[in-house]
Amino acid sequence: MSKTLYDKLWDAHVVRQHDDGSCLLYIDRQLVHEVTSPQAFDGLRLARRDVWRRTANLATADHNVPTTDRSQGITDPVSRLQVDTLDDNCDEFGITEFKMGDIRQGIVHVIGPEAGATLPGMTVVCGDSHTSTHGALGALAFGIGTSEVEHALATQCLVQKKSKNMLVSVDGAVGPGVTAKDIVLAIIGEIGTAGGNGYAIEFGGEAIRALSVEGRMTVCNMAIEAGARAGMVAADEKTVEYVRGRTYAPKGDLWEKAVMAWRELHSDADAKFDRVVRIAAAGIKPQVSWGTSPEMVTAVDARVPDPARESDPVKREGMARALKYMGLQAGTPITAIEVDKVFIGSCTNSRIEDLRAAAVVAKGRKKAANVKQVLIVPGSGLVKQQAEQEGLDKIFTAAGFEWREPGCSMCLAMNADRLEPGERCASTSNRNFEGRQGAGGRTHLVSPAMAAAAAVAGHFVDVREWE
Amino acid sequence: MEKLTTLTGLVAPLDRANVDTDQIIPKQYLKAIHRTGFGPTLFDDWRYLDPGEPGMDHGTRRVNPEFVLNQPRYQGARILLARENFGCGSSREHAPWALLDYGFRVIIAPSYADIFFNNCFNNGILPIVLPAAVMDKLFAETLATPGYQLSVDLAAQRVTTSSGESFGFEIDEFRKYKLLNGLDDIGLSLQHAGDIKAYEARRRVEAPWLFLE
Repeated sequence: MSKTLYDKLWDAHVVRQHDDGSCLLYIDRQLVHEVTSPQAFDGLRLARRDVWRRTANLATADHNVPTTDRSQGITDPVSRLQVDTLDDNCDEFGITEFKMGDIRQGIVHVIGPEAGATLPGMTVVCGDSHTSTHGALGALAFGIGTSEVEHALATQCLVQKKSKNMLVSVDGAVGPGVTAKDIVLAIIGEIGTAGGNGYAIEFGGEAIRALSVEGRMTVCNMAIEAGARAGMVAADEKTVEYVRGRTYAPKGDLWEKAVMAWRELHSDADAKFDRVVRIAAAGIKPQVSWGTSPEMVTAVDARVPDPARESDPVKREGMARALKYMGLQAGTPITAIEVDKVFIGSCTNSRIEDLRAAAVVAKGRKKAANVKQVLIVPGSGLVKQQAEQEGLDKIFTAAGFEWREPGCSMCLAMNADRLEPGERCASTSNRNFEGRQGAGGRTHLVSPAMAAAAAVAGHFVDVREWE
Repeated sequence: MEKLTTLTGLVAPLDRANVDTDQIIPKQYLKAIHRTGFGPTLFDDWRYLDPGEPGMDHGTRRVNPEFVLNQPRYQGARILLARENFGCGSSREHAPWALLDYGFRVIIAPSYADIFFNNCFNNGILPIVLPAAVMDKLFAETLATPGYQLSVDLAAQRVTTSSGESFGFEIDEFRKYKLLNGLDDIGLSLQHAGDIKAYEARRRVEAPWLFLE
């Protein structure tokens, strides 16, 4: 029987089928960070349970770490306690951790693929909704809560019910200046933030195949913003080349054997999906979100929409509330919106290709006078090192941008990087919820190139018109 | 986990769609290393007029009288009415911990985000799905009737109003069984440790690269 990629990944990991249709699903890799794990380790201790398979886990601290000078450690005592707790828990239970100060430390969804700890065909979980990122490698990856983190630590399994299959096919080629971020924002704009609820989404079509593996990570990362716990892309030659030589990737004969298996990680030609969404790549323009939900997004050459034109009363009220919060008037051209701060980073857009795209725009230019701060936060110590070897840090600092240490930073503002009330930010992160980047802060989601261009111009601009 | 069989309780209406977990419990409170104490900061940004930080005495903060849960008539509510896609956004289990710590054991909405929905069951919260038209009716009755209560019977899978009108709801059998008995998932899964070991032994042969040390 023909299968989708999701069917194949699911079937390969079923340990046991329960009578009600739920399954005990085997987890190949769990990634652990400081925010959603302390209560899980506490639970293990309380029940006198051990970790089932230590080497299946990899930890790092990312949400709370400072992105400025780290020689003094973490100054906020509450953040410090949480990071220290992770260190202690990993030591106690024998789990490998890339600690702060280790060059391999970084955002959990950046370091997993980077270290080869995420491999095609794996099931990957983490107490973080953006775990969907890892699906870009042809893996089944999804975010879980802390009870499930504890469950996976204790049993190497999770009790799961299979989702439905959705194919989002982005057909044809995107135009110049249109990136993976624009593709995924356009998809969310199309299907809505609840559109993928109950589904695992496979992203396919020429435009997805044409993306680099890093670009595919950007797309899969935001599957959760479309409501789907898991997003994935079929493995291909790009995937194999991406994984080759990485620290935890197989070597020698084992590599050859693994690659043979990975070549099967695609949906069969006649596989059946419960829902298929087709989007014409040629119609996708650079995207800018205007509201407080990722589905509130439009093209850079459009205007802020008018709630009065929305027929659904719940949606209309949501739009009106969003515009009030965002301090925007219906009908305002997107390019007339000025920004106070710019954030380039997060598990969505902090990989080397993202930084290169921002640097192309920033090179030889300066931050606009009205822009108070531009943060460039690489996704990991290794991304930072690579960027410095390429001289990207010099381009950014010459433009008046700040070059920081790796972490989640102002994506969710758990550390000192945040917006003040009323401040408006062009951000390459994934959520524009109220207060996400700081209480009262206003977030516009964009691609790295669009963010860098907004930093230089002081307002949103269409990068396609820029040289 | 505390079991849930029946519950009759005061109802509070949160009439907004797409309520995300950043609103349910903002990020600054995620720095805690324990599961309890999140109740006073549930819906923090909406509930208070001044900014909150962990370690504050939240009892001394300025409350937002406009926010529905601050209205005297909803004090002591155990059942929360919500709209579409409730609990979207991050996977933070602090969201159900905060709802539980505040006093909610039951949420009723037309739909939920998947991760949040799962997290509820792992903490003894029952997230009930009822059709949008029924939700409209429950919202209207709650607003019109001070002290409005609903009765939830998990075994019978029914929500009943004080006037006797009753609505059935669907729930996965295994989740129902666990909630009715207050059972811990891990203990149940470990009963299948033999199956897990057999699976691992098979996969170590089929796909040994997944077991590199």
